[in-house]
Amino acid sequence: MSYLEYTVKSVPSGLRKIAYLNWPLVLLLISVAGVGFLMLYSVAGGSFTPWAEPQMKRFGLGLVVMLLVAIVPIWFWRNIAAVAYGITIILLILVDLFGSIGMGAQRWIDLGFIRLQPSELMKVTLIMLLAAYYDWLPAKRISRPIWVFIPVMLILVPTLMVLRQPDLGTSLLLIFAGGGLMFLAGVHWAYFAAVISAGVGLVVAVFQSRGTDWQMLKNYQFRRIDTFLDPASDPLGAGYHITQSKIALGSGGWTGRGFMQGTQSRLNFLPEKHTDFIFTTLAEEFGFVGGISLLVLYVLITVFCIASALGTRDRFSSLVTLGVAMTFFLFFAVNMSMVMGLAPVVGVPLPMVSYGGSAMLVLMAGFGLVQSAHIHRPQ
Amino acid sequence: MRRSPKELESTHRNMGRRALLLGGVQLAFAGVLGMRMRYLQVDQADQFRLLAEENRINIRLIAPARGKLFDRNGAILAQNTPSYRVIIVPEDAGDVDLILSRLSQLIDLDSDDLERAHAEMRRSPPFLPITVADQISWEDVSKIAVNTPALPGITPEVGLTRFYPQGADFAHVIGYVGPISDYDLKRIEHPDQLLRIPRFQIGKVGLEAKEEDNLRGKAGAKRVEVNATGRVMRELDRREGQPGADLQLSVDAELQAYVQARLGVESASAVVIDCETGDLRAIASAPTFDPNLFVRGISVADYSALTENPFRPLASKSVQGTYPPGSTFKMITAMAGLAAGVIGPDDTAYCPGYMEISGRRFHCWKRAGHGHVNLQNSLKQSCDVYYYDLALKVGIDKISAMAKKFGLGIRHDLPMSAVARGLAPNRDWKARTYGKDWLIGDTANAAIGQGYMLASPLQLAVMAARLATGRSVTPRLVKTVNGVEQPTGAGETLDINENHLRLIRRAMYSVSNDRRGTAYRSRIIEDGYRMAGKTGTSQVRNITIAERRAGVIRNRDLPWERRDHALFVDFAPYDNPKFAVAVVVEHGGGGSVAAAPIARDITLQALYGGTPPLSAYPSKDRDKIKEQQERLRRENPRIDKDGKDRA
Repeated sequence: MSYLEYTVKSVPSGLRKIAYLNWPLVLLLISVAGVGFLMLYSVAGGSFTPWAEPQMKRFGLGLVVMLLVAIVPIWFWRNIAAVAYGITIILLILVDLFGSIGMGAQRWIDLGFIRLQPSELMKVTLIMLLAAYYDWLPAKRISRPIWVFIPVMLILVPTLMVLRQPDLGTSLLLIFAGGGLMFLAGVHWAYFAAVISAGVGLVVAVFQSRGTDWQMLKNYQFRRIDTFLDPASDPLGAGYHITQSKIALGSGGWTGRGFMQGTQSRLNFLPEKHTDFIFTTLAEEFGFVGGISLLVLYVLITVFCIASALGTRDRFSSLVTLGVAMTFFLFFAVNMSMVMGLAPVVGVPLPMVSYGGSAMLVLMAGFGLVQSAHIHRPQ
Repeated sequence: MRRSPKELESTHRNMGRRALLLGGVQLAFAGVLGMRMRYLQVDQADQFRLLAEENRINIRLIAPARGKLFDRNGAILAQNTPSYRVIIVPEDAGDVDLILSRLSQLIDLDSDDLERAHAEMRRSPPFLPITVADQISWEDVSKIAVNTPALPGITPEVGLTRFYPQGADFAHVIGYVGPISDYDLKRIEHPDQLLRIPRFQIGKVGLEAKEEDNLRGKAGAKRVEVNATGRVMRELDRREGQPGADLQLSVDAELQAYVQARLGVESASAVVIDCETGDLRAIASAPTFDPNLFVRGISVADYSALTENPFRPLASKSVQGTYPPGSTFKMITAMAGLAAGVIGPDDTAYCPGYMEISGRRFHCWKRAGHGHVNLQNSLKQSCDVYYYDLALKVGIDKISAMAKKFGLGIRHDLPMSAVARGLAPNRDWKARTYGKDWLIGDTANAAIGQGYMLASPLQLAVMAARLATGRSVTPRLVKTVNGVEQPTGAGETLDINENHLRLIRRAMYSVSNDRRGTAYRSRIIEDGYRMAGKTGTSQVRNITIAERRAGVIRNRDLPWERRDHALFVDFAPYDNPKFAVAVVVEHGGGGSVAAAPIARDITLQALYGGTPPLSAYPSKDRDKIKEQQERLRRENPRIDKDGKDRA
């Protein structure tokens, strides 16, 4: 369905669009961000600096970005999807050539006022492009090999570039989000079955490659896998993160040790306590009740997105909304699995809560698309 | 691109199905996350809470103050004094090398200490203090304090270390402490956690070692919260330790100082025991050493000077040295004879200067012989033949049993190092030890305290005290523990005929008061202070027949280590015994010449509780004694009281 087919009269215009926002979703996002501020305030030892205050400013900026994206009609975003994707690819190349090194990986371009992480941007532009692609593609062709090959390449090119940085977490996110979108668009089951078997084969190959000349992962990535499989093997070395993180979580108990009373985070036993491991601080200080509450907020955000997607008859809108929802789900699911010892440590932040600008801005832009789709849905 | 509504409808429905399916998978995964959270936070909460507490809480020991030692009058024998050390906190110092070079211009820094400090700094986080110099003087501390602004990160710290204000006087009684070694730790089965503190001081020798459990005290502990790098964030709580018990010894520090000074540089020892309570008023061994040297860590030169000295300053001769008691043993032989009824006080034996026993001549010390001697004269003149004759009639087993009754050949339980058992041999013992039969000649030798017979000065003093009182006086060194009086050593009345004891005491009195007594020259002339004693001269070699023929070589012509030991035991006052004294001068020659004068001086000093008046001495000795008293007081200022009667 192209924009020409919209019943334009039913779409609100001007500032009235604000009233047609998916307000429950906005409130959920603000609540989650609020949890983030609280935790950043706590891990700084009861201080707005150095983390909570910048984070609040960024979230304010993020809200503005979301609104701006939301009031622009959804068909505009569909039309520029390919351009956005192309620009992101160029930025990824630039990072490769001129980017700064941080945490052993090449991830951002310093533009002076912001550190741009093209890999974060790619999470949204890839979804946009794939959604636009399947919006354009006639249903009959969806499962034909050549029309399957094209989106696969669209996914793999940025994924491999991100993997080169190296950023395993983002690569996995891109693969899963892209693959998920293809699944939602209706690509035949058999392709997924084939890819999953191939994936299992690849994992085996990766493990086999260890210690040989054609080793596929860096040693630190192998070590992360080792310590994931058996954290107790090296409690003070590589397994330290997981062990300490589980101790923090577990010692929270039912109701936690109280706000700013978490000994594990306050005494620095927790690694990366303001970024990837911030969930452990929450779970330590507010216990099972606090942890489950945040999980419920996350699930509600996902559910509202899916509901919104099912409520529109525009294919691009549905696919973009579902894609953003899936990316969001992957963020919190991978992060929580990681800190709870269910997945290896792969540097994925907790969405809207972990300290960090790019990820939050990109997610808010993504939710801007969701809101735009919601506002401009054909009735 | 236009599409038919039917196609749109079908793709839309297809997407809806798949979206719900994926949503369902996501919800299921969220459920798994929730279950996992529940498992960690509810099911395993206690275990993880424990681990979190272990992470953050460190227990630090607080060392208790070691118990102090006092003499019977409250004079301090061992105390804890502040010791100063210099620590550096690298984090605060900044440029460590610069600061240390400035410090070395102020005070002397040991290069070994510096090297160790550098090694420690490389190992530990920069906020932990590291010792740069230990046991520095107060003067150095003030130098550092004045220059504090130029020495960031450097602080002088105060700790406690053991100090013995009486110096060498009590070296053999108290011993000394030292930093615990790996060897010490290995010997202890369940070491107190305190002992894990590096350089913790424990008793190494003497009373310090034997009373370690009393003196050490109980460790306190404080719980501190640390962060991941080990920095202490705050103190959570503390439990104060229990300081070690203060011990009051039975020893009188002034008397001990006098005895030590009187023995001087001889290789000698002396014991003064209180006849009423068994309190050891003095237990001295000479030459001695300064125990404070060992606390700090003695230098190699000082240590080898001590070990290479032929007079063995490190040996505690008064309790661990054993000597043939010689003629001081004759009282025991006599008591055994009286108890067995084989002699009476007026029975005499004839001494021609020797006695033939199974074809071998046993000589009396007096070649010409004593003629007819009775019991009193036999002791007074120390006739050997009388005791050969007596012993053959009594037999060794009875003599040995009597010796044990008087505290010989049994170990007195004192908290001092290597307290010797000595030896009061009998037939059984020889059969067990050597697998040989007891010979009649062995009995003759034992009768005069030679042969296998061995006793320590402590045992001889106990013997004299038991002879004086008729009770089984046992020595006591620790008078009170934390103010609680310990049981005295007054002892039960011995199962001995009092008349026999009176005879022996009377004979001992004549030794040091009758003109012909062997210790007449070392008599006390003050009435009410007169002493009863017995000389002893014990051989450390056999005199060969060839020597006999050529005439016995006089002691002073022999090399020192082959000369006779000089011994003397006494108690005083004779009619109301207060103190018993034993003196042994190793290789000193004759007991009457080398040991008796020392014993007499010590006895008087004990009886008067200070320097005795010259009137107590025979008039012709007084000039010499006066000179000696002045010299000793000059040499050792701790002998300061004058004639105060403390007996």
